[in-house]
Amino acid sequence: MASNLVQGALFTVMVVRAGLLRDAAFDRELEQQVERSPRFFLNAPVVLDLKDAEGFTTEDEFLDVGEVLRRHTLALVGVQNALPEQLAAAAAAGLASFAPNSTQPSRRASAAASAAQSAQSSVRATARLVTEPVRSGTQIYARGTDLVVTAAVSPGAELVADGNIHVYGVLRGRALAGASGDVEARIFCTRLEAELVSIAGRYLVSEQLPQEQQGSAVQIALLDDQLTVTKN
Amino acid sequence: MTKPGAARGREDLLAKVVAITSGKGGVGKTTTAAAFAAGLALRGHKTVVIDFDVGLRNLDLVMGCERRVVFDFINVINGDANLNQALIKDKRNDNLYIFPTSQTRDKDALKRDGVERVLEELKQQFDFIICDSPAGIEHGAVTALYFADSAIIVTNPEVSSVRDSDRIIGILSSRSRRAERNEPPVETSLLLTRYDPARVTKGEMLAVEDVQEILSVKLLGVIPESESVLRASNTGTPVAFDEDSPAGRAYLDAVARFLGEQREMRFVQPERRGFFRVLFGRA
Repeated sequence: MASNLVQGALFTVMVVRAGLLRDAAFDRELEQQVERSPRFFLNAPVVLDLKDAEGFTTEDEFLDVGEVLRRHTLALVGVQNALPEQLAAAAAAGLASFAPNSTQPSRRASAAASAAQSAQSSVRATARLVTEPVRSGTQIYARGTDLVVTAAVSPGAELVADGNIHVYGVLRGRALAGASGDVEARIFCTRLEAELVSIAGRYLVSEQLPQEQQGSAVQIALLDDQLTVTKN
Repeated sequence: MTKPGAARGREDLLAKVVAITSGKGGVGKTTTAAAFAAGLALRGHKTVVIDFDVGLRNLDLVMGCERRVVFDFINVINGDANLNQALIKDKRNDNLYIFPTSQTRDKDALKRDGVERVLEELKQQFDFIICDSPAGIEHGAVTALYFADSAIIVTNPEVSSVRDSDRIIGILSSRSRRAERNEPPVETSLLLTRYDPARVTKGEMLAVEDVQEILSVKLLGVIPESESVLRASNTGTPVAFDEDSPAGRAYLDAVARFLGEQREMRFVQPERRGFFRVLFGRA
């Protein structure tokens, strides 16, 4: 029994740099980010990165940060890169200490989403591979990874992936990439006849897809917040 | 009783369960089940055709044996009658048997273990067991395809029928017994019915190639739209017994392909109207 008492597990956790909290634009940008992918952010754990941050030596400061994040449906669970006195104050506020890692500064447009992605990269599963035709009424979800289909996707079928979607065949159904809010995700197919394509919640239905690209090999990306279809 | 299939030296000794299915209603499943069973019987295979459309019994009418039904599929599932009391022997061909269903019950009466038991019993006597599926994707249709070794997807050359066929192929590959047990998949082929090459040329109907491209399964045959089909249904004669009709010949071709023969596809090109036919206005 004792051996089962504590078990190891890997989690995806977002990291917020303490310096950003003092930026007036932070609150608004975070709000927009959360609005875009509310499911992704709901009760999501956050670690506060204290690298080069001044202050944060009292329990109340951490409680305030927790309050701010909670307003955005996020849950502050710990700190990293803390100095000894900061660590003591964080512990008093009930926060855990996380080992420093190589989290890269997030890009502006996708602050939280890509932070989650880089934290995930070490445990990211290989792409989900489907070699049979995807029939009408079938839904395939590649959780936390890319989806590769090497056959046709019928009308009425639905492909969903947290990463990219590749279809080596005709795409006649729906394809939703970046389903958890990853705005960098793309859709590739060798023949576009889709009913609907979507990246990170932005979507185009068949009628809105450019006529001249129907039936061609294309890639679809979110560029400047616009779903853009380009011929390959 | 010795098994006729074994005597004929077929390589696979077990009877084959063939589901005739489509998703959509009214595309010609029952006509196809009747014609296919008749075609297999004509080729010397002992064949039974089962009606899975509980509550909407039609196969007996199409086979012309409606006045001979005493016991049915559901009676046998429930153990109220034995198999030989319920099987109806066709009067035109000794190899052909009809297994009618109940008109008063509903699909819930199709209990899976009961169906399995009846099919196992039929396998001892027959080479082929043809299951005429109800329309839809609910319990009745899923039960009809669950035990299948092969499936014939009946499709009309129009978009809604093609989409429903696609759906049912998906169900075959995910919810059949073979799929659940990770056995080799159900051998699936496509039968395109009510095909009218002239209307295809005019762009009013999907072409064979279009349908095949969307469904990506092997094409077993193309049955031309033919008045002989309606006449056959109404007189209770499987259309494959009518060798003079194009539809009858197309079904016999499809049966031959099903048995592994190579046959050229007929009835896919528009009929050329001869000079006299044009003059006298005959179609």
